Amino acid sequence: MSAKLVGAKVQRVEDDRFVRGNGRYVDDVAPDALHAAVLRSPHAHARILSIDVDAVLDLDGVHAVWTHEDLEGAMAEPLPLLIPHPTLTHGRTQYALAKDEVNHVGEAIAFVVATDRYVAEDALARIVVDYELLPAVVGIEAARAADLLVHEDVPGNVAATTEQSNGDAPAAIAAAPHRLALDLQIERSACMPMEGRGVVARWDPDQGRLQVWSSTQTSTGVRAAVAAKLGLDLGQVDVITPDVGGGFGVKIVHPWPEELLVPLAAQRLGRAVKFTEDRREHFISSAHERAQVHHVEVGFDDDGRVLGLDVRFWHDHGAYTPYGLIVPIITSTQLLGPYKPGAYRVRFDSLYTNTVIVTPYRGAGRPQGCFVMERTMDAIAAELGMDRAEVRAANFIQPDEFPYDHGLIFQDGRELEYDSGDYPAMLEKIKELVDWDGFPAFREQQAALGKRVGLGLACYVEGTGVGPYEGAHVHIETSGKVKVATGLTTQGQGHQTAFAQIVADELGVRFEDVEITTGDTRRMPYAVGTFASRAAVMSGSAIHLAAKRTKEKALRIAADALEADVEDLEIVDGVVSVKGTESSIPLGTIAVLSNPLRYAFDEASKAATQFNVGDPDKPPVAEDDEPGLEGKDFYSPPRSTFASGMHAVIVETDVDTAEIRILKYAVVHDCGHLINPMIVEGQIHGGVAQGVGGALYERMAYDESGQLLNASFMDFLMPYVTEVPTSIEIDHLETPSPLNPLGIKGAGEAGVIPGSAAFAAAIEDAERAVSPTFGITAMPISPSELFALRAAHVPHAQEPK
Amino acid sequence: MTEEIHRIRLRVNGVEHEVAVPARRLLSDALRHDLGLTGTHVGCEHGVCGACTILVDGAPMRSCLTFAVSAAGSELTTVEGLARPDGSLGPVQQAFRECHGLQCGFCTPGFLTTITAGLAENPDPTEDEARDMVAGNLCRCTGYQNIVKAVCRAAEIAREDRDSA
Repeated sequence: MSAKLVGAKVQRVEDDRFVRGNGRYVDDVAPDALHAAVLRSPHAHARILSIDVDAVLDLDGVHAVWTHEDLEGAMAEPLPLLIPHPTLTHGRTQYALAKDEVNHVGEAIAFVVATDRYVAEDALARIVVDYELLPAVVGIEAARAADLLVHEDVPGNVAATTEQSNGDAPAAIAAAPHRLALDLQIERSACMPMEGRGVVARWDPDQGRLQVWSSTQTSTGVRAAVAAKLGLDLGQVDVITPDVGGGFGVKIVHPWPEELLVPLAAQRLGRAVKFTEDRREHFISSAHERAQVHHVEVGFDDDGRVLGLDVRFWHDHGAYTPYGLIVPIITSTQLLGPYKPGAYRVRFDSLYTNTVIVTPYRGAGRPQGCFVMERTMDAIAAELGMDRAEVRAANFIQPDEFPYDHGLIFQDGRELEYDSGDYPAMLEKIKELVDWDGFPAFREQQAALGKRVGLGLACYVEGTGVGPYEGAHVHIETSGKVKVATGLTTQGQGHQTAFAQIVADELGVRFEDVEITTGDTRRMPYAVGTFASRAAVMSGSAIHLAAKRTKEKALRIAADALEADVEDLEIVDGVVSVKGTESSIPLGTIAVLSNPLRYAFDEASKAATQFNVGDPDKPPVAEDDEPGLEGKDFYSPPRSTFASGMHAVIVETDVDTAEIRILKYAVVHDCGHLINPMIVEGQIHGGVAQGVGGALYERMAYDESGQLLNASFMDFLMPYVTEVPTSIEIDHLETPSPLNPLGIKGAGEAGVIPGSAAFAAAIEDAERAVSPTFGITAMPISPSELFALRAAHVPHAQEPK
Repeated sequence: MTEEIHRIRLRVNGVEHEVAVPARRLLSDALRHDLGLTGTHVGCEHGVCGACTILVDGAPMRSCLTFAVSAAGSELTTVEGLARPDGSLGPVQQAFRECHGLQCGFCTPGFLTTITAGLAENPDPTEDEARDMVAGNLCRCTGYQNIVKAVCRAAEIAREDRDSA
């Protein structure tokens, strides 16, 4: 047998085309397309009194200009509310083009199609809109105060109030020997994939079919939305997701206005039409995340064990709620991490503001929850004078307690029940990796050099691989090549490699003979999408099952052809043979035999004509069989599988400038069995970098009128190589998931989750060495903010040199 | 209003092209949409991310901040021109593949051209110099860890090439 590929660092098959510049991203297709541009609101909150497009009409090269008045039927209705959670009592979504009112800077108002983007933007500049300005609601404080409303018919700016509990937390806290209260907050950030949104559509009038390419995380979702909005049958719409230049969550939202307007324009104009979002548009008209304010009350015993935890928080979801309450629900449940408080209650309000919508960004509400929980753990340790790792250990769910049911409902409407994990073992690994016990000596040594250093630790658990399902189709061609399709999309995770590893192992074929297609509704019309660290778990499992089914059929046919028992057969490098004999048959030939033919078209197919195969007394295709060497299967788990991890970071905070330098970053990670450790580590690297960004640099600087002041890469500070750790120490723990055949858990989001929590802890630790009352309650933190915090905690902050 | 159209010659990856463009047409758009060389990507359109970096007479430049008309007469190299004459991957391309220096691949062409120019200037960079070489390009996927490794590996491959030449 060939060596197993699952678990090996296999080089990526997609890289050859990427490094040659041969990737096909959405803006690369349909070079003949007309280009669309969108007029966006310059105001955060305004009534639209009139729109005058007359000056556009005589501009050469303009093919269409539309406002809401030009839309009909379902297209004129608000966009779908994708996830209608029962407690979302006041959900609101925008129109494809604004009707009467705009609620954030960047909201789409008018749509122009022209020969190229330059002319389309010339046209936008000629459109005159008369606005009646309304006061803007910006930030959680203003939304909570509710002196002003975002939507007139939404009292208090509250879209939803949600509460969950397990036990009586207030009573447990009241009865606890120790109590603490904390107020914590996290600011806005955003996914910021290097490629923005984009969509291309082409209408084929001869077939009455629409073909759509979108830079999306769900091609089946886009397909259903486009069909519904344009009044087409599902069978008339194909959606293809080509190479995607990063997603990180923002591209799971659908349909964006342009994802509907471009197909409609293609249909109406009879021409291919393309929309490619520019960077400023991405800042003001896609989605953000993270902003939350928390109030925590906790009661604990002398050993630091949490007896009761009561969390009240406020979530800023921006102007509309197309993605429902997913982010705050995840925060409210995943906040618990690897811990088991005696009793827990969480309540949140999801609030409207006149800012860009908030939908999942890698981590999806978990970085906030992790920050809150880990700040609480550090506060308990400080209160009791205990080691911070010991307090965490005292609260861990133990390895023999799985499956562990938290008594709460998770984001998918299923129980929050952890399937497996080993948190004490993981803690030992991270302590070793970062040299936890050696740190006091290091601190002393650095202090002697006049340097201030701190160590932070943060633990998290991540529910990955949420349902409802994914599917896969495996087809072995007569050439012996294996064509595999799964419906979810790919935006850099190396699915063509990782999934091919699974297929090669299960089928016994050569890795090079496997070709994976993702995100093409023509090849696999049933799928959900790529989010929630679910692709490897969901499609990986479905592909494994479909390959298994295909293998069973291949062996059945081979057993017939070779006159042997199935149990005596093996498949190696695409050839089925009777173990220990010379008797063998290639899979390609089995594919020929699997499809009884009337007509031969080449030498190989002669073997499958009716004169050559089958029992003349039986139907050529048996009643319970079908032609072709194919297998299809779906994977639908009862609930999510829970990955976990711990990060530790050592920072130096500059004594004079308050600059924060990363001296060491360590990660221990458990995503069950690894399909491709190289890819998993790459995911961790990228997540850690985004965690650094979220902790130290990235924020959305809205002014009080709702203008985003830093809507460019010059002003929104994404980490360059100079801002990330020079190395990231990684160790893996593998506790397989019992929920899927490969024992895997998701890995995509993990790296980013504990970033803010770990940095807050490390910076606080560095500063506490000289200023015992110093505390960090808000992230991100800039050097200026650290400088100000120092001054606030030590009135005479300057130490003698 | 009709725009004045300029007929210019662009020499890209050793091939001469004639294009007719208005003065405001960006070089990135001319490469991608007029010449069909879609390997050059546009990530920010204001010169910060570096995805659109190409080589102009061997020096890295942001094609999103350059007008096509101003590039006439220069020798331009895009990512499509980085393979070896026999079609196999060039040293930087090969190193990125070996080191897993890319994920979604969108920023990659800008890194490859930048590093190609960087190694021409400094064929034997230390790790710090490798980091410095890519410090003007944004990547949102990799956390740069393997990109820095790829710079060092590319230098090694180029050295092996020189030694065996």
